[in-house]
Amino acid sequence: MCNLHNGEGAQNLQEGQCEVTAETSQPVGFVQEKQLGDHEKTLKAHKEGKPQKLLEMNGHTPVPHAYDYDLIVIGGGSGGLAAAKEAARYEKKVMVLDFVTPTPLGNSWGLGGTCVNVGCIPKKLMHQAALLGQALQDSRKYGWQFTEEVKHNWMTMTESVQNYIGSLNWGYRVALREKNVTYENAYGEFVGPHTVKATNKRGVEKLYTAERFLIATGERPRYLDIPGDKEYCISSDDLFSLPYCPGKTLVVGASYVALECAGFLAGLGLDVTVMVRSILLRGFDQDIANKIGEYMEEHGINFIREFVPIKVEQIEEGTPGRLRVTAKSTKGNQIIEGEYNTVLLAIGRDACTRKIGLDKVGVKINEKTGKIPVNDEEQTNVPYIYAVGDILQDKLELTPVAIQAGRLLVQRLYGGATSKCDYVNVPTTVFTPLEYGACGYSEEAAVEKFGEENIEVYHSNFWPLEWTVPSRDNNKCYAKIICNIQDNERVIGFHVLGPNAGEVTQGFAAAIKCGITKEQLDNTIGIHPVCAEIFTTLSVTKRSGENILQAGC
Amino acid sequence: MAALWRRRLLGVSGLCRTVRALSGKNEYDLLIIGGGSGGLACAKEAAQFGRQVAVLDYVEPSPQGTKWGLGGTCVNVGCIPKKLMHQAALLGSALKDAQHYGWNIAQPVHHTWSVMAQAVQNYVKSLNWGHRVQLQDKKVKYFNMKGSFSDLHTVRGLTKAGKETIVTAENIVIATGGRPKYPMHIAGALEYGITSDDLFWLKESPGKTLVVGASYVSLECAGFLTGIGLDTTVMMRSIPLRGFDQQMASLVTEHMESYGTKFLKRCFPTKVEKLESNRLKVTWKNTDLGTEETDSFDTVMWAVGRAPDTETLNLEAVGVKTNSETGKIIVDASEATSVPHIYAVGDITEGRPELTPTAIAAGKLLAQRLFGQSSELMDYDNVPTTVFTPLEYGCVGLSEEAAVQCYGSDNIEVYHAYYKPLEFTVAERDATQCYVKMVCLREREQRILGLHFIGPNAGEVIQGFALGIKCGATYPQLMKTVGIHPTCAEEITKLHITKRSGLDATVTGC
Repeated sequence: MCNLHNGEGAQNLQEGQCEVTAETSQPVGFVQEKQLGDHEKTLKAHKEGKPQKLLEMNGHTPVPHAYDYDLIVIGGGSGGLAAAKEAARYEKKVMVLDFVTPTPLGNSWGLGGTCVNVGCIPKKLMHQAALLGQALQDSRKYGWQFTEEVKHNWMTMTESVQNYIGSLNWGYRVALREKNVTYENAYGEFVGPHTVKATNKRGVEKLYTAERFLIATGERPRYLDIPGDKEYCISSDDLFSLPYCPGKTLVVGASYVALECAGFLAGLGLDVTVMVRSILLRGFDQDIANKIGEYMEEHGINFIREFVPIKVEQIEEGTPGRLRVTAKSTKGNQIIEGEYNTVLLAIGRDACTRKIGLDKVGVKINEKTGKIPVNDEEQTNVPYIYAVGDILQDKLELTPVAIQAGRLLVQRLYGGATSKCDYVNVPTTVFTPLEYGACGYSEEAAVEKFGEENIEVYHSNFWPLEWTVPSRDNNKCYAKIICNIQDNERVIGFHVLGPNAGEVTQGFAAAIKCGITKEQLDNTIGIHPVCAEIFTTLSVTKRSGENILQAGC
Repeated sequence: MAALWRRRLLGVSGLCRTVRALSGKNEYDLLIIGGGSGGLACAKEAAQFGRQVAVLDYVEPSPQGTKWGLGGTCVNVGCIPKKLMHQAALLGSALKDAQHYGWNIAQPVHHTWSVMAQAVQNYVKSLNWGHRVQLQDKKVKYFNMKGSFSDLHTVRGLTKAGKETIVTAENIVIATGGRPKYPMHIAGALEYGITSDDLFWLKESPGKTLVVGASYVSLECAGFLTGIGLDTTVMMRSIPLRGFDQQMASLVTEHMESYGTKFLKRCFPTKVEKLESNRLKVTWKNTDLGTEETDSFDTVMWAVGRAPDTETLNLEAVGVKTNSETGKIIVDASEATSVPHIYAVGDITEGRPELTPTAIAAGKLLAQRLFGQSSELMDYDNVPTTVFTPLEYGCVGLSEEAAVQCYGSDNIEVYHAYYKPLEFTVAERDATQCYVKMVCLREREQRILGLHFIGPNAGEVIQGFALGIKCGATYPQLMKTVGIHPTCAEEITKLHITKRSGLDATVTGC
């Protein structure tokens, strides 16, 4: 749908771009700059009604060049870095301010933001470590022989993971330097119109001005605000670089962060309990969320439901030490106590928007959530200030979304592009022990939007072939699609619970983007024997109540 | 209505009526010869319509005497055991990875063939049993007999003991599949060699193995044998994975070489002899050097292609036409052979992909057309498939060569990228051959013609994209799809470097 692709000479543009650089997708505007960089073409563009953008693209900004930078990005995470690098491609003067406020326990990290340092990357690697633990057990059934007892060494894993992250941090710094983006490891906050103050680790302050700003500060884990939480509890900001094995762990919360961490900790052989206030995975399909919970329980994870911690005390110092957690029922006055080595809080995340001087420039935030409302072009109520990523109100908190939004924004600002970030049908995966991939509507949301009589849900259990030989977890994996009856049974929701759910979901997400119907799904030939093929043979509707247990090839 | 429909299909030939008139009413509405993926699917579907259905299935023992139960190639000597043994090999790699991820595994680690084989064979037997139960549940009559035509509506079934049964049916489906070929001109080939029909049923480890051939069967088997620690050599006369994208094929074999599989390229065997030690001495010609070379192996496996199982069917008696070169049965778009009420599905049919899911779909659709008033034909375009080599290769649509041939190289755009799976980083695994390539039309819409992916879980990755491509997905549509981070599949949504540009296609960083 990108307009420039449809424009005349798109092919040449493509080639022009390729001559210049190897970097990133759809650098369409840049290409156009090359193409339209002579006077005649500029005039042509003028007649087409895009003079402003073209002038800016060519660096002939009508605004007097009084600012230090064309663009200052506050926050060097996925969205901010993508936008900064993209802007540099248009030969803009760009600065990135990034500063990691240490966690209450003093942990901090390098450039790259949540995903790289304390999110997707370390979590998936530790999830992989847990999956390998399962692989070790399976492997014996497949003929592999080795000593009975296999122990997991937390430090070996964590050091490997942190080394890899270190290489990514370094890679980002190099990438910024190569692209002539100025990077300062300093805390950025607005102090006046078009002006930010950057404060570094040593407290040295500098002022910078820019024509435009991009806020991409992301979020940080929330604390409970109960006695002992900040002193003794850790968050996902600490877990992935914890310099000791966490031991017996209480995970507080039922977010995907909570369940993913609980899942891999248990997979590494630790005693893990999850304390849940109400439902699991709010916002996700609840039928699936409950199946995830059941699977985790069957695999040895304890769940304490409808309780919230009210106090955390230290019994003994150490690495790990011992903590006593007091919790209260959400339904009555019942109080329980438990002893753990580690308490991991995963009760939600708060946008880092309240201490960056937004009031000084008048950027509105949602007072309750701290999130920033933007229009469909990622612009805040202050026209020269934009925002992308996890801090956006009512948008998705996902790395690839932030990257896409950041890039497209810059292409619109400096490249004359018009493509907007499409927040619809974005696929995602929860890396719980049994992975969950989803795209489109949850069943609840579909029912609410279209009415139960207007949707058809097709579903089936399945048993991955690889699990047959170790003879484990039969009929735990599950596939479900939701179709809109009124629209030719168009697929509006896709859900898969099973191994490699992310790998499975990605292609179907692309297909959903193309508007596939149930009939087209049925006409697709399966790949045998893989898990994903189940989606080509779904025949039982939920309405029918028929048996969905796996029956064989 | 159903009867009318059937008459229309059968009525084309006056001969059919004559035979029916002579022999009276046929016992069955549908008889299927061959109880593999296609045959069973067709039988079960027909039974759903309340028809009288019979299946004849008989496994002629391999030259080495291996035989198996109901379910055909896929279940017994194909996809299922192959993927399970591939999984055993992947778990071997997982054991190595696990140490980088903090698992303390004391060395040495051994693999015991018999434990794996027993587990795999037990699972296959449970599937054999499952298929029999399903037929029973659906009231499909099953005969463990070898079938051959005696006239247009009559098939003679022969049991192992030589007992004969005559079965008559209105409609007959041939679904006897294919069996591995032996290079009969090579001395000792038949006597001492095995094929994939035997490998999965071996009770003891094949030991040092020579796999001859460059088909996907050859590379898959050599791959998992290497993976479980056996000294494995592939001998190939010409190109690997003929018919597949050749750039991808080269990457697959290149990876196998780094994985430890030995390759004897541009070599062909001339004889196999048994030594006193019971080992097999193989002599081959090296066409590059023009020399003759020898080595000894514990096992020699032929994977030089498969031939259709039509010989014993007595097709001449009814006039079903076959391709004289391939021996495969010629069918039309509705799977009908040259004789209107005789159909064929699966590996035995000329020009069709030899894949279980296509046979199943074709069999089901055929039953629906015969008995369910459907007119829907099987669509054989854009069928995805996966080669389960150590690094898997999944694809759908056209290879680059085929696209160039169809549209001309000026009219296609190839996007490609080398990527590193996140899991490989900590495991310190080499990702040199992890590669994805998308072949598109070059004109404005940039419709996707083919997608090729080498990496872990390639089948899982390709399946959904196959659906998109079937629905006419374009490059811009794929670029609008947001990636799932961190997965390998997301690399496909990030493809932006064209081959034409000559730029480095190595993906760096997030």
